[in-house]
Amino acid sequence: MTTTSISENRFKRFMRHVNIPPVYYFLVVIFLGGGILDQIFSDGQIFTNQAILLNIIVRSVALGIVAVGQTLVIVGASIDLSVAYTISITAVMSSYIMQGKTENVPLAILVVFGIGILIGLTNGLIITKLKINSFIATLGTSLIIKGIINATFSNYTGSVPKSFQFFGYSTIGPIPVAIIVLILVVFAGWFLLNRTKFGAHLYGVGGNVEVGRLSGLRTDRVVIGAHILCSMSAVLTGLFLVSRLQSGAPWVGPDGLYDLESIATSVVGGTALAGGKGGVWGTLAGVLIFGVLDTVFNQLGMNPYLKTVLRGAIIVLAVASYTYRSKKEAA
Amino acid sequence: MTTTTLKQPSKILKILKAIWNGIRRIPAVYFIFFGIFIVLGLLSPTYQSTAGIMAFLRRTSPLAILAIGEMIVLSTGGYDLSIGSIVTMVVLGSSLLLNNDPTMMPTAIWTMLALGLLIGLVNGFVVSYLKIPSFIATLGMMLLVKGGALYWVGGAPRGYLTENWRAFGRGYFENVPLVDRFPYALAILLILALVTYFIYHRSNFGKQILAIGDNVRASQLSGVRVRLVRMIAFVISSLFAVIGGIMIGGFGGVNVTIGEGLEMQTIAACVVGGVLLGGGKGSVMNVVFGAFTMEAIFNLLNLLGLPKPYKDAVQGLIIIAAVAYVALSTRKKK
Repeated sequence: MTTTSISENRFKRFMRHVNIPPVYYFLVVIFLGGGILDQIFSDGQIFTNQAILLNIIVRSVALGIVAVGQTLVIVGASIDLSVAYTISITAVMSSYIMQGKTENVPLAILVVFGIGILIGLTNGLIITKLKINSFIATLGTSLIIKGIINATFSNYTGSVPKSFQFFGYSTIGPIPVAIIVLILVVFAGWFLLNRTKFGAHLYGVGGNVEVGRLSGLRTDRVVIGAHILCSMSAVLTGLFLVSRLQSGAPWVGPDGLYDLESIATSVVGGTALAGGKGGVWGTLAGVLIFGVLDTVFNQLGMNPYLKTVLRGAIIVLAVASYTYRSKKEAA
Repeated sequence: MTTTTLKQPSKILKILKAIWNGIRRIPAVYFIFFGIFIVLGLLSPTYQSTAGIMAFLRRTSPLAILAIGEMIVLSTGGYDLSIGSIVTMVVLGSSLLLNNDPTMMPTAIWTMLALGLLIGLVNGFVVSYLKIPSFIATLGMMLLVKGGALYWVGGAPRGYLTENWRAFGRGYFENVPLVDRFPYALAILLILALVTYFIYHRSNFGKQILAIGDNVRASQLSGVRVRLVRMIAFVISSLFAVIGGIMIGGFGGVNVTIGEGLEMQTIAACVVGGVLLGGGKGSVMNVVFGAFTMEAIFNLLNLLGLPKPYKDAVQGLIIIAAVAYVALSTRKKK
């Protein structure tokens, strides 16, 4: 009797120490629930087929990379609605420059990251120097990017060489390269937030700008830095998508709803929209929830419109799974 | 003698200063709107005639109604991202219900208002009782309503919108003195704006909305029923979205993308109208003019004959510029 209570205590202490974001429980529930539904109504491959398990993660890579960037921005009490079109401009520009030739790949990568840095810098400067709310500022820049893309490209443009499809399709051993990249990005996000000065400053600025400023932080620089990193993560997502699609089209970003879904996954993962709280591990869980859902819906052969309905409901439920006990009023 | 001559210019200066102060107190949105509208008038004679101005007001009324509803939610410190989907739902659902039978018009409208009420209540419940940030709650609702509407009609628009249903958006009162033709849409906007004005600026409830947006905890402690007020705010926003949707359906054809992006346009209109994202500040009148400004921007870009992509880019630039101007001019006053 006593031994069990001691071990329970130890378990609790251990859980508190590792500090798992609560949304992981929801992820487990969704995964088991989806798997059981799949067993009953379909061929039950989710639990048995390893390829499908890996595919869940591969599906999550595109959203996952950009969601890590979005999490950084949200921790800094900002928001970035321009990531969808940043992804689009990356996809079309890179495949346009590559034109199917391997020797153009370095140039293309250089150019798209340049564009990404420029977009992030613009967002950051508008938000910090003109003091425009980040929601409106990045909505504005996303319209500008949208206009520029649609004025120059109207359809699939150029193509990526076989060598570049390495990013999207090849595997190292049994593990797809894409998954390794996702893990590296998440790890980099974690390192940046929890182990560097920049991360500490970002939490400070996100928690309370005024306090941050009075304690001597250059708050503007921190926010601008977060926006540049976010745009660069969007560029990486764009490169991943173009390597899978083999050619870039202007609608890849907005069609994937990457702007709103990256925000949704961050919040599902426990990052507060008001800033100053959260982290990338929660975001990873949020992204995986979406990946599991997609796979389950596909397995069950669900009506596409019902999929949208359930997605909406599950975003809300996932957040509710840990907020309903909170004593603070939400806004 | 010399003293009076010396005093006189200082008196004039004082009057000038008083006038200048009065001008400075006018919200920036009016300068932006009338500036753009005068350019419109110079470029095209349509905007000089009463009929042209009435047509402009008719077109812009739905956005203004959406913006008033959104402003209520923004003032409490939340967002309502579901209104674009509600517009889509209203147009798709009504055309299915009407099915070319004009006598079904009241049924269709009451059904839509009931659905709007339900959506607002759910939004409010999820935010107030499940403690989910409204950005996510209404984002989920946006997907849910859009998916639900498309599932309901089977993925493609079905049926037609009858003329009597469309009249709310496109019809006119004929033979009105002074203006000759007065759009129904504008009349609806005026009524709703007036009602909201009294609720928002003149009633206790309006004060409570702003108090929540300013400081939830403080308003809670001083006895504001935060959850109830939030619920009502979301219900107002959804109902206004339904009304706006009925009017928007009156202009164009039935299509599945009719409400896409409206939530962003509406929020932009609110911010141009001086609403503070995060809550605590807003004005019905200014928001209506914020919506007018957005529509004037679209019309100006149309008139200049820019292709669609450039319109998007210029629209983005103008939104940023307008909001920067509004933000800078309000900060100076402080």
